[in-house]
Amino acid sequence: MSKPKFVYVTYIRTTPEKLWAALTDPQTIRKYWFGMTAECDWKPGSPWRLKFEDGRMADTGEVLEAVPPKRLVLKWRNEFKPELKAEGYSRCTMEIEMADYYPDFGGKAVKLTITHELEGDGTKFIEGVSGGWPKVLSNLKSLLEIGDVAFTTKA
Amino acid sequence: MDAAFKALADASRRELLDRLRAENGQTLGELCRRLDMTRQAVSKHLAILEEANLVATVKRGREKLHYLNPVPIHEIGERWIGKFERSRLQALSDMKKALEEGTGE
Repeated sequence: MSKPKFVYVTYIRTTPEKLWAALTDPQTIRKYWFGMTAECDWKPGSPWRLKFEDGRMADTGEVLEAVPPKRLVLKWRNEFKPELKAEGYSRCTMEIEMADYYPDFGGKAVKLTITHELEGDGTKFIEGVSGGWPKVLSNLKSLLEIGDVAFTTKA
Repeated sequence: MDAAFKALADASRRELLDRLRAENGQTLGELCRRLDMTRQAVSKHLAILEEANLVATVKRGREKLHYLNPVPIHEIGERWIGKFERSRLQALSDMKKALEEGTGE
């Protein structure tokens, strides 16, 4: 696997356990991921799916590693855009750690690091996911800190 | 957010972010090679950017790779740009880009 194509970091005033729950609970995922439904039992080797509100498949893959509340690694492929699907699987790593430092106020917070690596040379899939992550992460942060999200659609 | 604004207030640091936007995941050495700055200065600027969470790093073996982290900039946008204004601002920004590049349709 080559070096990550992108790395996103956000600091959230919450606990690792609450963040893990938010990353794996379908009801919570739907709130910050534009109404998407996640289907997965979060066990290594299990299939993982993300569906649109209307039931169409958005992304699929497999759980490669699941170490609550620290590390989740997913094999991930786009399913609804043929040119993205053609680029094959990427590997998404979500890491949760306690951080002493929080750029907004100092003190302790939970640091969430998201990286995506692509097996092939394609760039379209990475452009696609990198367009979505900042909004998803913004929503996730405000949901955990304030209890509400800013974006209900991707547009 | 103070840290992000302070970090962005310096032209050299914005230049470093531009370099990472053009090619994500560079080492300190790679970043130095193409800049008119000492290694020490680049290293210092990167530390400030990392502290402001505008640059994220990943260790690969002995190398430390630097990535542009757009999340804090996105949060700044979200805070001051109302979601209702987003589409109009996007239209303006698209028009400006098209006119300046001379590729307007």
